[in-house]
Amino acid sequence: MNHEIVEKNLGLMIILIILTISGGFLVEIVPLFFLKETNEPVEGLKPYTALQLEGRDIYIREGCHVCHTQQIRPFRAETERYGHYSVAGEFVYDRPFLWGSKRTGPDLARVGGRYSDAWQRQHLFDPRSVVPESNMPAFPWLFENKVDHTQTAAKMETLQTLGVPYSDEEIANGPAEVEGKFEIEALVAYLQHLGTVISDKR
Amino acid sequence: MSTFWSIWISVIVLGTVFGCVWLLWATRKSQTTDVETDRTMGHAFDGIEEYDNPLPKWWFYLFMATCVFALGYLALYPGLGSYKGLLGWTSHNQWEAEVAEAEEKYGEIYAQYGQTPVAELATNEDALKIGQRLFANNCAVCHGSAARGQVGFPNLTDNDWLHGGSPEKIHETIKIGRMGNMPAKGLMPGMTNEQVDQVVNYVLSFSGREKDADAAEAGKAVFAQACVACHGPEGKGMEAMGAPNLTDNTWLYGSTYDWIKETVMHGRQNQMPAQEGRLTEDQIQILAAYVYSLSN
Repeated sequence: MNHEIVEKNLGLMIILIILTISGGFLVEIVPLFFLKETNEPVEGLKPYTALQLEGRDIYIREGCHVCHTQQIRPFRAETERYGHYSVAGEFVYDRPFLWGSKRTGPDLARVGGRYSDAWQRQHLFDPRSVVPESNMPAFPWLFENKVDHTQTAAKMETLQTLGVPYSDEEIANGPAEVEGKFEIEALVAYLQHLGTVISDKR
Repeated sequence: MSTFWSIWISVIVLGTVFGCVWLLWATRKSQTTDVETDRTMGHAFDGIEEYDNPLPKWWFYLFMATCVFALGYLALYPGLGSYKGLLGWTSHNQWEAEVAEAEEKYGEIYAQYGQTPVAELATNEDALKIGQRLFANNCAVCHGSAARGQVGFPNLTDNDWLHGGSPEKIHETIKIGRMGNMPAKGLMPGMTNEQVDQVVNYVLSFSGREKDADAAEAGKAVFAQACVACHGPEGKGMEAMGAPNLTDNTWLYGSTYDWIKETVMHGRQNQMPAQEGRLTEDQIQILAAYVYSLSN
């Protein structure tokens, strides 16, 4: 084949480039949209409550996912430390998922129930007061700011559109559930929920 | 995985591999020699020309080798839809094998320690080494790496216990966790600010530190109503309730007037998370021995 044909026909080159780079996408990603394993929730999985959902958005806002992953890989070293490895069905209501890609801090996929609420609060207020060697930043403003409840219903509606099974009643009650709560309460509610659906921790 | 997606994946994957092979062959120039010639591609841009030489042989064959490797890999490992691969590898059974290997290596030691009574295990150097690691991984974030605790998280080295320091009690605490709950103003929700001041002074008087002797005296009646049910008539605490002894020098939430006042005003909620299910029974036994050894 002559290079010139490709190099001098832009349309053909565009098509060939798209074909080349879409291979991985078509094979590795597209089928996942349709597989049972990735689309069916694990048993007992419920959508986030309004408070947990707001906590999750605070988690995203503060960039927690930049330093903390939420995926336990199927290696013994990880399951001994963090608990049962993560499975796709745990994340079907996560939009977007927060698996992360780098562990500056430990994995948080199953941090729920691991520490007391009091510990979570103190640790977020001043990490070094409980873990002297920690390099995590402190988040004292979470203890002063109230959760913004004006967007809660809209967020839940959007998720409902995307297939998260919220009832209309839950959406209607959402704002009232979070109104007046401090951001730290929402974040701790979210953290204490993480990974608790799979009860087999080992 | 449905047949459709299985075929979809297989066709694209194999198509890509063979497409690469075809492309390499189709665009291949004479590989009979590596000698470079002056022949050019016949185009020039700004006076720059491109030589028309074949790919170096080693390079060409390396490309081919990657295609062969890909096919070998796809035969051995699951890469083509539902095809399981000749090795039958999955990430789950790899994990199971790792766990089984560790079980074979350590299982016997753990089982042996798991059967040993805590007090005896607490004198076993090797068991304590394991215990120290387990403690560092699972307990140190709250109790501190030296197990000395901090405000709100008990010191485990001082032989002062909220829920009992016997081997059995320590084991139980680790296994099923503990809840600490002091209601605000104890059993006297209507406690006035003056009464709070009195009862705090009374509590301070247990260790001879009252600010105001008259208030302390008046606080005795408040204490009797609001606090005695858990802390006992002499303030010595009650293990069954996890209620701390107020007469010793150990304070979970600070010993000053202001700290105690805050505790009385707002109560305290605390929790030791249960480790059952997170740790194995044997690991809990070893941890109990380690914690026991810290003060015995």
